[in-house]
Amino acid sequence: MSPAGPGRVGMFSVQDLRRPGLGPLSFELPQGETLAVQGPSGAGKTLLLRALADLDPSDGQVSLDRRAREAMTGPAWRRQVCYVAAEPGWWGETVSEHFADWPALADLLARLRLPAAMGASPISQLSTGERQRLALLRALELTPRVLLLDEPTGPLDDEATEAVEDIIEERLAQGASAVWVTHDRVQAKRIASRALTLAPDGTAEVRP
Amino acid sequence: MSYIEIDLWDLSLAAILVLANAGLSLALQLRLERQFLIATARMVVQLTLVGFVLTTLFRLSSPFWTALAALAMILFAGREIMARQERGLTGLWAYGLGTASMLLAAGLVTIFALSTQVRPDPWYDPRYALPILGMILGNTMTGISLGLHTLTTGAVNRKAAIEARIALGAERLNAFLPVAREALKSALMPIVNAMSATGLVALPGMMTGQILAGVEPVQAVKYQLLIMFLIAGGTGLGSVAAVLAGVYRLTDSRHRLRLDRLAPVDGKG
Repeated sequence: MSPAGPGRVGMFSVQDLRRPGLGPLSFELPQGETLAVQGPSGAGKTLLLRALADLDPSDGQVSLDRRAREAMTGPAWRRQVCYVAAEPGWWGETVSEHFADWPALADLLARLRLPAAMGASPISQLSTGERQRLALLRALELTPRVLLLDEPTGPLDDEATEAVEDIIEERLAQGASAVWVTHDRVQAKRIASRALTLAPDGTAEVRP
Repeated sequence: MSYIEIDLWDLSLAAILVLANAGLSLALQLRLERQFLIATARMVVQLTLVGFVLTTLFRLSSPFWTALAALAMILFAGREIMARQERGLTGLWAYGLGTASMLLAAGLVTIFALSTQVRPDPWYDPRYALPILGMILGNTMTGISLGLHTLTTGAVNRKAAIEARIALGAERLNAFLPVAREALKSALMPIVNAMSATGLVALPGMMTGQILAGVEPVQAVKYQLLIMFLIAGGTGLGSVAAVLAGVYRLTDSRHRLRLDRLAPVDGKG
């Protein structure tokens, strides 16, 4: 039997999360819901997502479905709690190298207004907005339980933003949850049922 | 074996050429004359000392003193690897990782050569062990320092690409694969180049030395080939060990990228 973490089944639970420049902060996020993260630049929004994905060392109890992150390997945790960076990195030359099954994405690509022929394009020729959407798709391919999104619509126009929000909404309906960093108050109200506001000193206020 | 011995008088005659260089520097105001004389004096003293040390070691032919000399050579080479890093690892790792890889690679390959191909009696005979180790060390050292340098700079420059894979659930070796490949390539290129150019561009020093000492050219070539094979093996083994250990040190057991284990830009661990 794996060591039980805090929280309930279906819950992404964070207790006393701390790392230099951030926290301690706690919140619980049931499946199907989004937590909007807001705060001034430098308050640690990206640090928070990176700590949740276990990309940087942090203290505190983080668990999913009552399973503590320490009970899984780092890679197994990150496949379930998946971080999409604001400035995503690319390890290959062309777009399709970064996907497990590029042809299967035809439908999602069309909804995000990305041409399927893009698979053969070199990464260096893509716009910031195209990269942002592709990075999201790359993460969605893993069907993670928790999506950690760092300004996923920052460089997008209204139409593309709406498409991204719709797609995330569908994932929530299928049982995922999202921690969504956005500087846009209106978007935060629209997408999220809960909000976490980081103060410049790295402490947080969670509502409701 | 025909072998022409040279005496002090011969050396002094040749040293006139260095004096001529110093004179040239004075005449043309190159301001190199001091450095020339100091470098010459250092070379004479260092090589003479090495001559005496080797004479003593050969006379003793003791496993203990031979091992001690071999260890000293490896430790010096390890220092050289560390000095060539732009951003080395922090703490003891800066020195330990390269040195340990070299100890492993050069040690294994030297013992392999002594126990199967060269087979002196006793097997640790310093007259064979130390020169063979020295030649393997010199090249393995270059390979390891190039490999580690490419690995650490690659980890910094391609942090986003490595972390993108880690964030998508890749294990550390997979995430590092492109950078590790590059590191191994840059570690192995010099030995590939050396093997293709040798004999055409320059006659290798050891082979030339043996020919001067009266060895038949074909015999000298065989020895040189043996040494090149050993060097290639040592460089490959040492670089793979160092790059793999480097990847493990730059990541942790949770498969996170840990660039905080690299020394700051201008510091040395």
